Amino acid sequence: MNNRGAKEIVKVAAGQGFWGDWLEAPRRQVEGGDIDYLMLDYLAEVTMSILQKQKERDPKMGYARDFIGAIESILPSIAKRGVRVIANAGGVNPPACADAVRAVAEKAGARKDIRVGVVTGDDLLPRLDELLASGHELRNMDTGEPLATVRDRVLSANAYIGSVPIVEALTRGANVVITGRSTDTALTMAPIRFEFGWGTEEWDKLAAGIIAGHIIECGAQCSGGNCLFDWRSIPDLADVGYPIVEAHADGTFEITKHPGTGGRISVPTITEQLVYEMGDPHSYITPDVIADFTSIQLAPAGPDRVRVYGIHGRPATDKLKVSIAYRAGFKAVGTLVYSWPDALDKARKADEVLRARLDHLGLKFDQLLTEYVGVSATHGTLAGPPHDVPEVQLRVGVRSPDRAGVERFTRELAPLVLNGPPSVTGFAGGRPKVEEIVAYWPALIDKRVVQTTVEVS
Amino acid sequence: MRVQLVDVAHARSGDKGDTANVGVIALRPEWYPLLEKYVTRDRVREHFRGVITGDVERYELPNLKALNFLLHGALDGGGTLSLKTDAQGKVFSTALLRLVLDIPDAEARQLGLPQARA
Repeated sequence: MNNRGAKEIVKVAAGQGFWGDWLEAPRRQVEGGDIDYLMLDYLAEVTMSILQKQKERDPKMGYARDFIGAIESILPSIAKRGVRVIANAGGVNPPACADAVRAVAEKAGARKDIRVGVVTGDDLLPRLDELLASGHELRNMDTGEPLATVRDRVLSANAYIGSVPIVEALTRGANVVITGRSTDTALTMAPIRFEFGWGTEEWDKLAAGIIAGHIIECGAQCSGGNCLFDWRSIPDLADVGYPIVEAHADGTFEITKHPGTGGRISVPTITEQLVYEMGDPHSYITPDVIADFTSIQLAPAGPDRVRVYGIHGRPATDKLKVSIAYRAGFKAVGTLVYSWPDALDKARKADEVLRARLDHLGLKFDQLLTEYVGVSATHGTLAGPPHDVPEVQLRVGVRSPDRAGVERFTRELAPLVLNGPPSVTGFAGGRPKVEEIVAYWPALIDKRVVQTTVEVS
Repeated sequence: MRVQLVDVAHARSGDKGDTANVGVIALRPEWYPLLEKYVTRDRVREHFRGVITGDVERYELPNLKALNFLLHGALDGGGTLSLKTDAQGKVFSTALLRLVLDIPDAEARQLGLPQARA
């Protein structure tokens, strides 16, 4: 944190809200105007376990490969404009991700322009038995069960780490920082904190940086995407601009986007994102600080610009959250479409026939869920009775520890086309696929147990 | 007067495990006290009876003119365990906006509230 006073405004742009987000966004953020940092968030709760499976098959994998394409598309700008990139693309294998980044830079003749910082230490899988043996029970935060009950099915275990190691990588001159399971918000807060030299106990400022991170971590979801407020009037979503934080040293900041892009930044679009995935708004707990969402003040500050101020924070806890993924049985979901007249009655009849046949086969499931898409799948009974709908999609899912039972279920849908109720279609996709369920186990661990390491090369 | 929440508020929802959260935001700042007064925890619990299996919690954010509801047991186990179309609770937001409130006529007129469409 030695960069005090270097900048009056620090601009952090979001270029990816999850692994699978718009491939165009990173390059558009870098080339569309002046920014200091590009922040790319790739990790959702179950992403780590998918990456762990990939790493088991190939020790050089286990990171978000989209990131390598993103880097390739912005390499010239990193060099020319001095934009620094921070991403949790490392997944369960940050060193391999760094190798891949250096390789594409080499290929493009830009190796000398890239200084890669790699943050490790969040991966607890190799230490899991040692941790359990020394009394860290890693109880499920929702159910209270100790991890021992599913230990033999654990696929991955990663502590959510905060801004400190990212700041260290930036301090040591990295212009591409790759982490594993960093919190999404730390990816934004770290560069702001680094630039302004905020200390570890400047709770209000750290909380402001976290809230800035929360606003932009889902990419365009704060700039007009998925926005219900006045949605018809949101301009040019085809050319939507991803959000940019313009942070000040005093902890206030503005949210904006590049001029000429589509979408919208307004108090309602920002408010919708602020309440997204919110728990107790008084205590948004992160490794760095507890942020208080009831302190946030928003004010319009010009076209597509909102000012955010007044934020308070409190000291962080002595725990880190741990994201654990474990094998939890199998599932399959299949669909058929029934048409007018009496579409819903036909779909209901088909469900009745299907359930009788599963019963006759002696198949038992932990869950057997029927939904009528077009009638009640999303709002249930709140949707009220249907009015002569033109078609209904019957959607049936099962879940079971027994793979064979789920396989058998997938063979029972297609026959209904010829031997069930009439006016049925929409089965061209073939029979449903059996999927192994990888479930999420949230837990807490003492902070002291987790040591991060930063390498810059 | 009957007022439907969709005409006085907007909303976004998300998930944490088997819990869906719904943030409800007043369409006009002067309508926020109406949300606080009428969109109570009990009222929302009643609204989602039979749709969710757990309890409802409510938090107030007067600074954002918003309420945050936690709907427990809303997602058939949640995350990858869930077989639901809406496994991540993305449209519980609009399910809550179906709520119809009975507001005394004088209060409704004073606040310029739109009458429920149906």
